[in-house]
Amino acid sequence: MRRSISAAMFLLCTGGVLAAADTGFAHLTGGSFRSVLKYEDVKNGTRVAPFDLQRRPVTNGDFLAFVRANPQWRRDNVARVFAEERYLQHWQGPATLGPNALPEQPVVWVSWFAANAYCKARNARLPTWSEWEFASAADETRRDARSDPAWRERILAWYSRPSNKALARAGLQAPNAWGVQDLHGLVWEWTEDYSALLVSDDNRNQGDPDKLKFCGAGALSMSDVENYAVLMRVAMLSSLNGADATANLGFRCARDSP
Amino acid sequence: MAATLLLLLGACEKKSDDRPVAATSSDTGGSAKGDLGPPQGPDVNAVLTSPPMVPPPTGRKAPARVIVQLDVIEKEMPISEGVTYTFWTFGGTVPGSFIRVRQGDTVVFHLRNMPDSKMPHNIDLHGVTGPGGGAASSFTAPGHVSRFSFKALNAGLYVYHCATAPVGMHVANGMYGLILVEPPEGLSKVDREYYVMQGDFYTVGKFREKGHQPFNMEAAIDENPTYVLFNGAEGALTGDKALPAKVGETVRLYVGNGGPNLVSSFHVIGEIFDKVWFEGGTKYNENVQTTLIPAGGAAMMEFRLEVPGSYVLVDHSIFRAFNKGALAILKADGPENRAIYSGKEVDAMYLGDRAQPSLQAVAAAAASASTGELSIEQQIAAGKELFAGTCSTCHQPEGQGLEGVFPPLAKSDFIAANPKRVPEIILHGLVGAVKVNGKDYNSNMPPMSQLTDDEVANIATFVLNSWGNPGGHVTSADAAAIRKAQPETASAGH
Repeated sequence: MRRSISAAMFLLCTGGVLAAADTGFAHLTGGSFRSVLKYEDVKNGTRVAPFDLQRRPVTNGDFLAFVRANPQWRRDNVARVFAEERYLQHWQGPATLGPNALPEQPVVWVSWFAANAYCKARNARLPTWSEWEFASAADETRRDARSDPAWRERILAWYSRPSNKALARAGLQAPNAWGVQDLHGLVWEWTEDYSALLVSDDNRNQGDPDKLKFCGAGALSMSDVENYAVLMRVAMLSSLNGADATANLGFRCARDSP
Repeated sequence: MAATLLLLLGACEKKSDDRPVAATSSDTGGSAKGDLGPPQGPDVNAVLTSPPMVPPPTGRKAPARVIVQLDVIEKEMPISEGVTYTFWTFGGTVPGSFIRVRQGDTVVFHLRNMPDSKMPHNIDLHGVTGPGGGAASSFTAPGHVSRFSFKALNAGLYVYHCATAPVGMHVANGMYGLILVEPPEGLSKVDREYYVMQGDFYTVGKFREKGHQPFNMEAAIDENPTYVLFNGAEGALTGDKALPAKVGETVRLYVGNGGPNLVSSFHVIGEIFDKVWFEGGTKYNENVQTTLIPAGGAAMMEFRLEVPGSYVLVDHSIFRAFNKGALAILKADGPENRAIYSGKEVDAMYLGDRAQPSLQAVAAAAASASTGELSIEQQIAAGKELFAGTCSTCHQPEGQGLEGVFPPLAKSDFIAANPKRVPEIILHGLVGAVKVNGKDYNSNMPPMSQLTDDEVANIATFVLNSWGNPGGHVTSADAAAIRKAQPETASAGH
């Protein structure tokens, strides 16, 4: 909270100079990070390089502007190999939002390919899983709140609600310690390397993983099995193909820090 | 041991052939003999039923291709009165839809995850032969459908459940149900079949705490459920939703236990299972009171109803039944059969536990009387206890009486005029009009002849020495003498 206030003050003081720059990104310092995934080749924590992450998920309004500028990503033009039939199905038309897709709501029903293209168009990229996990470990006051059962309960409470109600506006929740909002409690989010998250289809095979599924990086398993909250996110991402779209899956962009 | 038995058998039957002995006639051969050939006839759409109903028998004599379409639905439902919980379901109910196929059938399974689901899901059917029980082949994102096929090689009653990470949470949210694989010859005909499944649930709020209750991961890991329930909600099978049956009918229950943690000591209060197919397998045991159903296991049981009434289904780990909700009712209508069960025949007072310690003074007085050391103080103490038990109902605890009805004993001019009246009236009662302390009474005190001479002496002595009465001492011998003499005013009883 304190961070976001000071950032806002900074903006006010420096006036239009920064406003011209992209102010939608928060800076995260990175560092050594204890992932809940057990990487065989990582001994003393996962290194996360400094990076910037969008403060809010990409909204319908943002994505509409992208689609208008890049008509090949309209739902009536997109190649089926890049986006399934339900891609942007909640929009009223190929380039109009309508009542089921308000401009401030996070965009959903987007494929990984479309999300990736959006970020590239902004000179950015999708965050890696490690970056996403690093950012989402924070609550409002702590950069790593994951060991707090109350924090995990909060996340799980959202996971357990079906997505049959209208989504809230992006940016309604208090920013976390990095100044990033809505990492939990609004939508699932694509990550750049989502397809490397091969939690076994059958979760109980932990002692006998199909190592042929894991190219190069070695087999993953959970090092923190009590952290159901993250485990569920991995399970969700690992159930998807790149062209898939769902009612509750959106994204945000990241970029390397200079 | 087995070898010894075989030798004896051989000797008795005078057979010396080398027939394999292990495969007895009651051995169905398991999965090795479970493949009854390729599917025959047109495809069959499986009938799925919501609990507590069970699909009808397949009625087929040959293996078929059976299509099963099961929807995964995440929804909020009541778990208790005024308490809601977000259940993840197979078919919209907890437990999930009941599936019924025949051994040898090829089951084509379509798992459809609704588009508004938050989570991916899959299904592990314990009736499947193959790694993961189908789980790896049915991992399905929201808004997607998966298909896989399996041949049901083993007859039996099997649990199915979701196996997506985190497995425990998916099961705790209600993602389980039963699939019955009928033996080729089918099951015997019964009058009624019901589907009941136990599960343990973990909420952040306490038992029956109102409002929407989220899943409590810590409680689940600690295996400390808030609710233990049949069919997913407290009261799912009670009141208007009790399982109906009639006297004379045979009922077969298909009972599963989804867990995720607790095993069930399944029992029906007031019935004995005529047959239990324990573990949901092929063999049955007879005359069983309580059967253990493991988490992720099932059992079938049959019983004939002889007597009408409400039969309570419980987990006989009994605090779960009465403090966590594991309770259902099977209600049998029909004529009474008093030869089998009489109903209540006697309801009489039983004062067995009054001897200690309230009547200690009486015991002490009796002991002293037997040794000739009885003091007036002991008599008064014993008389006080006996008065409280016998006389105070009418004459009131402090002897004050009830105006116009029961004369007072306290500071009584009627007693003072003739203290000897006290034991006489106790023994013989009193009928007719009397004036006590200036007021008229006309009632009928029955004789208390059930009291022993000691008791009469002690009560009388207590009354004479209490509440401002003149004092005095009545002995057991006095009482015995009075008992023999019938005064004019004696009551004939009520």
